[in-house]
Amino acid sequence: MAEIKDLAGPQSRRRFLAVGGGSAGLAAFLAACGDDSGTTMTTDSMGSGGAGETAQFGKGDVGILNYALTLEYLETAFYADVVKSGLFKGADLETIRKFGQEEAEHVQALTQAVKQLGGKPAPQPKAEFPLKNAKSVLELAATVENLGAAAYLGQAANIKSPEVLASALAIHSVEGRHAAVLNTLLGESITPDGAFAKPADVKTVLKSVEPFIVG
Amino acid sequence: MSAEAEQQQTRSEVLAKGALAVGSVYGALAVGPYVRRALGASMGGDVGILNFALTLEYLEAKFYEEAKTRAKPSGELKSLVDLIADDEQQHVEALAATVKQLGGKPVMEPKFDFPYSGTTGFLKLAQVFEDTGVSAYNGAAPMIKSKEVLAAAGGIVQVEARHAAAIRLQTGAEPAPDAFDPPLDEKQVLKAVEPFLA
Repeated sequence: MAEIKDLAGPQSRRRFLAVGGGSAGLAAFLAACGDDSGTTMTTDSMGSGGAGETAQFGKGDVGILNYALTLEYLETAFYADVVKSGLFKGADLETIRKFGQEEAEHVQALTQAVKQLGGKPAPQPKAEFPLKNAKSVLELAATVENLGAAAYLGQAANIKSPEVLASALAIHSVEGRHAAVLNTLLGESITPDGAFAKPADVKTVLKSVEPFIVG
Repeated sequence: MSAEAEQQQTRSEVLAKGALAVGSVYGALAVGPYVRRALGASMGGDVGILNFALTLEYLEAKFYEEAKTRAKPSGELKSLVDLIADDEQQHVEALAATVKQLGGKPVMEPKFDFPYSGTTGFLKLAQVFEDTGVSAYNGAAPMIKSKEVLAAAGGIVQVEARHAAAIRLQTGAEPAPDAFDPPLDEKQVLKAVEPFLA
């Protein structure tokens, strides 16, 4: 574990940055973890706060898992409401049902993981979603899934435990699959960020989901 | 025992101990390969992992480039093949550049042979490659030492997952068949792609 901790330290990161700063190729590659600033790699690019970014949800990996759990709770509630809304039928309804089931499995897995790390799982937020018509619901679903995928990506490098990281990655790519399907249904690009998906930081993600949390 | 071997053992123990936690997330079946891979640790650091990923991206890039004419895609599928071909080529270039940046030597592009015919045959193989790609990155990523390389690999694997879902929509398969994309270890991935090395 010490080995992993050391590598995660700010010093080794700075050293890497000093070495790596000069390459256009690497910069382009690593823009994947950058924000909108594009090609320059900064310490901000991977969530500058490190694990501290999710401190409100708990310490270290527990905080990251609880942050993810909160998002998965929202996704699960959203899909459940959409299924109940009666706005979808046939294949689209089955897709939504399936995605909802998978988000519920994520909730279970994350809850269990938090407990296994000795933490207290984040409470289920009370949520309300605007469900006006099929198109606006699909748009919201796409927004939520693309954001969810970006949220996991934003935290991957902050995770200390390789086991937690492996689990988060197994969820992350499924969120990416969901996002691609919803983008396809909307006639939008499956890869809106291009060949390298971009991460989202905690602040951005929470601000985006805030309107749906009530009470 | 060398310091390195000792460190490796400690890491292996940690991974073995944590396997239960992974099992709870993946389902027990996934634990075996995960631990074997962790104990094997034969990737040779970040450069090794990047070169491994580069080999897979070479395969995908070649496969889609060739498919532009050979698979006779039309309409929506044509746009998808063009998009994926471009993404995979960008992954190849980025990975090769990063290997160099880390002081390593990018692996050479192997020769490939893709035994398929027609659009249906192409899609079937595409689905295998994309799903394998996702699982290969998911399996290798926890071994990455540099946070920067890890974050970048994450940005690639998400795109592979998006490709996988889009290809699956074309084949009529479930785009996200499971709640968790299982990790594959190096051996499993090599076994999956070996038949296509000429």
